Amino acid sequence: MAQEYRFIGKPTKRQDAAAIVTGGAQYLDDIKFHNLLHGKVLRSPHAHAYIVKIDKSRAEQLPGVEAVLTWEDVPDWIGGTPRVVRVLDRKVRYVGDAVALVAAKNAQIAKEALALIEVVYQILPAVFDLEEAMKPGAPQLYQELPGNIVTAGTPAFGRNCLTEVVMGDVEKGFGEADAVCEGTFGYENIANPIPPEPPGAVAHWEEPNRVTLWVSNQASYLDKIILFHLFGKKVEVRTHGAACGGSFGTKLMSWQVQSYATLLSKATGRPVKIIFTKEEHIAAFVLRPGSRMHARVGMKRDGTVTAVSGTWLVDTGYYSATTQAQVAVGCGEIQLMTRCDNWDLKTAIVCTNRNASGSVRGFGGQELKCSFIPVLCLAMEKLNIDPVEFIKKNYVKPGDGYFWRDGDWYTYRGIDYSDCMDQGARRFGWQEKWQGWLQPSAVDGPRRRGIGVGVHGNADIGEDSSEAYVRLHPDGSAMLFSCITEHGTGQRSNYVKMVAEVLQIPMERITVSPADSLVNPFEYGPFGSRGTYAIGSAAIKAAEDARRQLLEMVAPRLDAKAEDLETVDGMIFVRGKPEKSIKWGAMGYERTILGYGRFDPDFTLANCMTTFVEVEVDTETGKVELLHVVNATDAGQIIDPPGLEGQLNGCLGSSGIDSAIFEETVLDPISGHILNANMIDYKWRTFSELPPIDNVVLETPVASHRFKAIGVGEVATSPGPMAILMAVSNAVGVWLHEYPVTPERVLKALGKINANGKVNDSAKVNAKVNAKVNAKVNAKVNANAGSGGAA
Amino acid sequence: MAATNKGKTAKPAKVVAFSVNGKAVELQIGSEPHQVESSHTLAHTLRETLGLVGTKITCDNGACGSCTVLIDGKAILSCMTLTVECQGKSVMTIEGLADPVSGRLDPLQQSFIDHTAFQCGFCTPGMIMSAKALLGENAAPTEDEVKEALSGNFCRCISHYHVVKAVLAAAPGGSE
Repeated sequence: MAQEYRFIGKPTKRQDAAAIVTGGAQYLDDIKFHNLLHGKVLRSPHAHAYIVKIDKSRAEQLPGVEAVLTWEDVPDWIGGTPRVVRVLDRKVRYVGDAVALVAAKNAQIAKEALALIEVVYQILPAVFDLEEAMKPGAPQLYQELPGNIVTAGTPAFGRNCLTEVVMGDVEKGFGEADAVCEGTFGYENIANPIPPEPPGAVAHWEEPNRVTLWVSNQASYLDKIILFHLFGKKVEVRTHGAACGGSFGTKLMSWQVQSYATLLSKATGRPVKIIFTKEEHIAAFVLRPGSRMHARVGMKRDGTVTAVSGTWLVDTGYYSATTQAQVAVGCGEIQLMTRCDNWDLKTAIVCTNRNASGSVRGFGGQELKCSFIPVLCLAMEKLNIDPVEFIKKNYVKPGDGYFWRDGDWYTYRGIDYSDCMDQGARRFGWQEKWQGWLQPSAVDGPRRRGIGVGVHGNADIGEDSSEAYVRLHPDGSAMLFSCITEHGTGQRSNYVKMVAEVLQIPMERITVSPADSLVNPFEYGPFGSRGTYAIGSAAIKAAEDARRQLLEMVAPRLDAKAEDLETVDGMIFVRGKPEKSIKWGAMGYERTILGYGRFDPDFTLANCMTTFVEVEVDTETGKVELLHVVNATDAGQIIDPPGLEGQLNGCLGSSGIDSAIFEETVLDPISGHILNANMIDYKWRTFSELPPIDNVVLETPVASHRFKAIGVGEVATSPGPMAILMAVSNAVGVWLHEYPVTPERVLKALGKINANGKVNDSAKVNAKVNAKVNAKVNAKVNANAGSGGAA
Repeated sequence: MAATNKGKTAKPAKVVAFSVNGKAVELQIGSEPHQVESSHTLAHTLRETLGLVGTKITCDNGACGSCTVLIDGKAILSCMTLTVECQGKSVMTIEGLADPVSGRLDPLQQSFIDHTAFQCGFCTPGMIMSAKALLGENAAPTEDEVKEALSGNFCRCISHYHVVKAVLAAAPGGSE
């Protein structure tokens, strides 16, 4: 059981609540700037082409236009991993690639100017499929990346960055298996989280070499570092983070829009704002990496995985920003969910002529497991293993080890999540509903129900470094200096809560510094699942350090040792003797006390999310309806109950469960255009279609920081998609292996339409499918009569 | 201005007059910076001309409900409404919900706070305005009626479940 605290674990009001509900919360586009110009980007209509000639003279002559920049005008700023992408290049590599930048006195004039720029292209052949891109003779995106293969590993994770999982003896492992299954599966529908607030930036350049940026980002301190390196380490960069209108991992790196605004400000000497349109947001901002895996697994009857071999191919689009990092983390995460001694899993990252992939919630592991779990399911089906039993057996246990992102081996010192999985299964009614593989849990005429389960967890809850200061004031108040933007998780308020608990002062007496890189210490940002443990640790330590200094300073006044003192509500007294106390003001009214806290990376703890889903499939129309979701996790200690519940409910959108049911980004394989780059054609779940969600959250204290908590919010989206494939396959009695399970795919799997989408001889097919499924169901339902499982 | 108008008889500029949050607004129609162009949407005018940036723009295409405001009590998409169409109308935005004298929040706003019915908060003003229109028409909506009224409002964090609770709790004729 979790400990009782004064603030931690209590539902408290978010500090920005009143601002949000009154429209007073300032997002990037709400901030007013004096003398502001507006920037727009001219984008390529071709997927792959050389720019032969650009004539910008007509655009420059349009009244109100202050600058027009092309690849010929800009410095040699090169981004990406490895650095191969010029901020503006003479080659374009996807439909939407930046060709020219315009700054004008308003957005309308800037847009008009774009139409006046004349560009002559030499069109090149393009490639949109990752395996096609790897073939000899395929169009080459970069001279530096022969075969379109992106250099493995990211320098950010060190020289031994994890790029594969190789250990043990796979041949021996396959020899010990009771079943060996293999297949090629993908998660390539590049569903887009689409945060409501579009990406953007405001830059103000000051000669000779300083730029201040206002960003809408998840990790604003990191922007400063990324841009510093992008600008050749010659520009002093300051970032201001504001409220961020959703990110879901995508607004980790917005270096392109930030550098466009910087270039235009440098050219004009005035602040320049660029806010992407929704079309640009969907077609020219971050996509999830495409994932395709050929895998072979060996499994014993008891669910032991004896060997895993295969190749994981990752489509990064036209360049890689974070894809090597996602591959490294994914390779770690697959080991967390599959306890196996023998591995031979190789990876390759491939460039294609579509918009680039980047960071998205579920970072690598979701992409990999959505492709890998279908292979495991084939083996489980062959051996008739219940998937809940399988994940309980195979999720990392205390004392197990794994290679993590830096290539080092870590021994897990967290908890066993089996109890949590059991409690989730009970809430869901798994045992009553599970009828075996490819068996519906209930049948009502043409409508069939099926259930599925997925699991995900990561050891990046303790990744990277954080620093914080806590400043105590003589009036009994405090200030937390932590470079954190608020992107919806409520973390700014949660750190206040942690500091309040350490200092024992009301949360209202604590303010947080604005996310300004000039005044705050280093902060990697609330990225991955690191917010609660990593950033929280820095805030807690800073508060503890400040408290210690305060008590040491006033101890002589109370004739006591510092370690015997307590402080509550701004009063200091000897423990157990509150009748004789002094105020924080005893520090002196011309003084503040500054505590410092730092967190260093720790990869020995992991979180875990298990998601159970029930779907109903209409076998006449192919429509899949989500009936019920149960998320089960263990947070160690809940910090903020309503905030956590909100994070877990996030399992549906932001490319979670719905990326398996209907969400997809549709890329035209001939032209390379994204066909649904707007919020009407890109489908999203509405209020009218909400399924019941039950969140089972346990609190088993874990050895993280003093509040024994770990972050679980990020991973809420990740187990769902694989659970959906399983549930739909079970409902209809045949395997579906492609995301999302659109009506077309369901009807194809049922043999009701053919590969061209034409209707097959429906009477015959229906009779056959119904007879087959009904016979199986009847047998099962009869066997389970009285359990209520077929209700 | 004087130079361009020299020698011409200056025509009186056309105006569009309406109220925003109870205050009369009269804007000239034209293409000068201080004027409203006939192509300007209400969302643009509220944000850029009147400085009421509580109204958010997400899709600017009538698909997501972020820019929802009330016109004569009905929820409308301000990104799909031209400012010149608002002649004589009464517009209410998120900034107009709290009591202008006491500063006391509208019960819906307070309920959104009490239920933490937001995460990133970007869609929240639109959600609250859609809910305000619903409660104006139906003081005791059912859960399904709340969902139906909000079905045009996009939220990606999935604050929906908390929002439904917040709206039901704020309904003056509701049981909570």
